[in-house]
Amino acid sequence: MCGFAGILEFGSTNTRLPDQQLLRKMADTIVHRGPDDSAEYVDGALGFAHRRLSIIDLDTGNQPMVSADGQVAIVFNGEIFNYIELRRELQKRGVEFRTTSDTEVILELYRRFGIDFVSQLNGQFSIALWDSREKTLHLIRDRIGICPLFYTIETGRLVFGSEVKALLPALRRRPSISLSGLDQVFTFWAPLSPNTIFEGIREVSPGEIVTVSDGVISTTRYWDWPMPSGEYSAAPESELVDDLRDLLVDATRLRLRADVPVGAYLSGGLDSSAIASLVLNHTTNRLRTFSLTFDEHEFDESGYQSELVDHAHVDHSELRVGQAQILDNLERTVWHTEMPILRTAPVPMGLLSGHAHDSGFKVVLTGEGADEVLGGYDLFKEAKVRRFWSRQPQSSVRPLLLKRLYPYLKLPAGKDAEYLKLFFGNGIESPDDPGFSHSPRWATSSKAKRFLSADVLAELPGDPVGPYLDSLPEAVRLTDSFNRAQFIESKTLMSGYLLCSQGDRMLMMNSVEGRFPFLDHRVIEFASTLHPSLKMKVLNEKYLLKKAVRRYLPDAIVSRHKQPYRAPDVTGEAGSDSGVVGACLSGESLRATGLFDAGKVSRLRNKAARGRLSTSESQAFTGILTTQLVHQQFCQQ
Amino acid sequence: MQDTIEPRTTLRTLILEDYLFTDDDTALIDDMSFLDEGILDSMGILEIIMFLEERFQVTVAEDEMVPQNLDSINNLLAYIERKKKAA
Repeated sequence: MCGFAGILEFGSTNTRLPDQQLLRKMADTIVHRGPDDSAEYVDGALGFAHRRLSIIDLDTGNQPMVSADGQVAIVFNGEIFNYIELRRELQKRGVEFRTTSDTEVILELYRRFGIDFVSQLNGQFSIALWDSREKTLHLIRDRIGICPLFYTIETGRLVFGSEVKALLPALRRRPSISLSGLDQVFTFWAPLSPNTIFEGIREVSPGEIVTVSDGVISTTRYWDWPMPSGEYSAAPESELVDDLRDLLVDATRLRLRADVPVGAYLSGGLDSSAIASLVLNHTTNRLRTFSLTFDEHEFDESGYQSELVDHAHVDHSELRVGQAQILDNLERTVWHTEMPILRTAPVPMGLLSGHAHDSGFKVVLTGEGADEVLGGYDLFKEAKVRRFWSRQPQSSVRPLLLKRLYPYLKLPAGKDAEYLKLFFGNGIESPDDPGFSHSPRWATSSKAKRFLSADVLAELPGDPVGPYLDSLPEAVRLTDSFNRAQFIESKTLMSGYLLCSQGDRMLMMNSVEGRFPFLDHRVIEFASTLHPSLKMKVLNEKYLLKKAVRRYLPDAIVSRHKQPYRAPDVTGEAGSDSGVVGACLSGESLRATGLFDAGKVSRLRNKAARGRLSTSESQAFTGILTTQLVHQQFCQQ
Repeated sequence: MQDTIEPRTTLRTLILEDYLFTDDDTALIDDMSFLDEGILDSMGILEIIMFLEERFQVTVAEDEMVPQNLDSINNLLAYIERKKKAA
């Protein structure tokens, strides 16, 4: 991966040219994305700056890259995994290459096929492509949203970059917090694309191209998560198991392409274990793996990690993280997430990429995406149980299945069903509501909004859930409820939070690139042809995946109860008047920001200091603290 | 030590301070359902039970852990009253 920034002047009265010094300053804010090299390029009204993390073609792949005839220029962040095949095809058509990089392949594809070339790419990318003949700029983002790309329009010019911080040197004033973005974070855990937490700053949405030509900005969608209309693959299950395995082997093989060593994260769960085992069984790569372990037993998965390490004999190291390190690193983490977080889970991920970096690795494979694509989340099971229960709403037995799902849930003994009905019964009477699967989670997160200041509450446009559900494509509204839950999860939590705050940003803060075989678009498209029962058979999650990789893995890994990745919170420090908590959550600081009710936050801190907070209160505490940090780091002069 | 503040005030203060995080007395109506209004979650209910046992010296039996006893200020007060009479 790399990072880039740029400016396009398009105002009719504006004759300024992009300033090379300014471009360099913009790129220097994201030196962590590309510490190996930097360069700028200016062509009339267009300026590019690039920071390079060298992974493929270490010698000649420098950017910005300009076509031999000088007509097309590109800056690019990411990887085109099938660039070798695409290059070969172009060579057959007579194209001569000057480098062996994937960047030049993109340039030549564009020259041959125009902007439609994007559909040929298998990869993770954000691209800025300048066609000087047409005076047109294209900003392109990968299908899933793995690589970030932000932009804003300021009186006659477009400013863009891989991270929001890269835009700041070019902006005439600091951005302010977007209240609707904040409302969305405090509901969905991330702003809904293309919104960001900053007023006026947008992202290029996954699967979209933003084109600027003659001062006119337009958006084109070139890919979306496929929605089955009810006709699923009729192939026998054994054939589908083989097909899935073959596809995952190929997706993994492609993601090992690099001129530097590739490592892997190992969580102890099925997904990362599957990827590690595919590397070991189907390639000649020696694999180096990295894990997080926690002081607190409830978060720690080291037992399962050891199981896999012993089984596969991989060269492995682990990083142990405790509550104190999480608090110490929160400020730096938020500088990279560039948005508030409701849980601390990104912090250890940032520490883990530091460990991989210090061990000499620039690239790691992870199991991210398997839960969304192949049906793994507890939330999908929860929705299934609630739907089963909604057929007999008076049943005292049906909701008891939820206890099996959440064995750690603390309920008053004796009358479990009564309470399960109250906790999970929200919306039970309307199982056809498109938000049925996610409404309990969104309701829990939304409780954080009670700490917003009266002024902010008065300005909020209203509950964001309704408009979001109304915006779902018709195919999503009509498909099976399981597919719909997968779509919503992929579009909200995965691309906005997991791949961003917990993914790209935590990896690239230490110059490490993540690669995700389960998010190969061919795997996603294949999974969309599977009947939901092949993803979750009754309550057995990722059924087909388990069948596909069972032969490589110890039984303990395949049959284990899924444990969601979580990290210790920082509410233990809530009462502190010093450090980051004291600085951000003092009455003075809260009143200066104006986003939260200082009295309520003070009561929340007092409660935390006296004992443990509930899930929603802990989320609120982390959300308030990190919103204050975002404001301090990005909005204040 | 005998609680000199009346139970209604004690319970209202607890809910207002620790679950609604406000000193605005009008934010809590005595027959408002804690669960329907999202004031308490599963852990909150357990905390309330613990509070009742510590502050009012009542023992909450398992079959009494039902919303009818615990889900509003009025339900809690009626429950405490019944328990004290029974004792």
